[in-house]
Amino acid sequence: MERLNLSDAAPQGPGALPPGQGQPMMMPPGPPPVPQLPPQMFTTAAQLLDLTDKKLMVVLRDGRKLIGVLRSWDQFGNLVLQDTVERQFVHSEGKALWADIERGLFLVRGENVSLLGEIDLDKDDYIPEPFKEAPVEQVFALKKQEEAAKKGTGKRRNKKLAEHGFEGEHSGEAIL
Amino acid sequence: MLFFSFFKTLVNHQVTIELKNDISIRGTLKSVDQYLNIKLDDITVVEEMKYPHLSSVKNVFIRGSVVRYVHLPAAAVDTPLLEDATRREAAQTGAKAKQG
Repeated sequence: MERLNLSDAAPQGPGALPPGQGQPMMMPPGPPPVPQLPPQMFTTAAQLLDLTDKKLMVVLRDGRKLIGVLRSWDQFGNLVLQDTVERQFVHSEGKALWADIERGLFLVRGENVSLLGEIDLDKDDYIPEPFKEAPVEQVFALKKQEEAAKKGTGKRRNKKLAEHGFEGEHSGEAIL
Repeated sequence: MLFFSFFKTLVNHQVTIELKNDISIRGTLKSVDQYLNIKLDDITVVEEMKYPHLSSVKNVFIRGSVVRYVHLPAAAVDTPLLEDATRREAAQTGAKAKQG
């Protein structure tokens, strides 16, 4: 594959004249072209390249939050994460708690990724005020309760919607 | 490809992305690709207390498939140009369909 750099100029189309051979005689139809950034900037690869070997917060489609170092990826957004921890948050019963669980190495299939965030190392692991670190067991138990409650309301809502002939938006999966 | 090109013209503008899991993220649009995956810089989360995991994050890559809405800056959208482009694309596809 051609080794392109973000600072390279955009490649010339097959019909374009090589530089220094004069201006084309006719302008193409349509509005004058807007100055464009090089197209190789607008690829999945270019976006993920910047994030490689960085500490990332990965949010999965099921709501799980993983923190790890991005070591490898491909065009589908499949990811390899190293030294991953899963961070759980609960905010219920007037308590705001979080806990980390060591997980290790992950290969995440791209379709399950919702977003990747690069962690600002200046505010590394900053978690806003009411949240306090708690033992994993406590957070895990509260989380289970919270999810059960959510499942109940979700089911009721979908049932109501179904009565009116609608399908719930996340009926196929639990999105948290 | 029209919306890909359209988003490319919005690079370096402030946008708000609403995801299918109800998170809204505001930031500077840095990049977009053919799947409409989006990269935002200097992000702020609209309801930060509800999503504390994003407080230490400065830029995000959002998978196109999880986006529900993109809130655009109205001033940065050239509506007549977009209408024109839509007609041209429609004409092109129509012509291609006739040939095939």
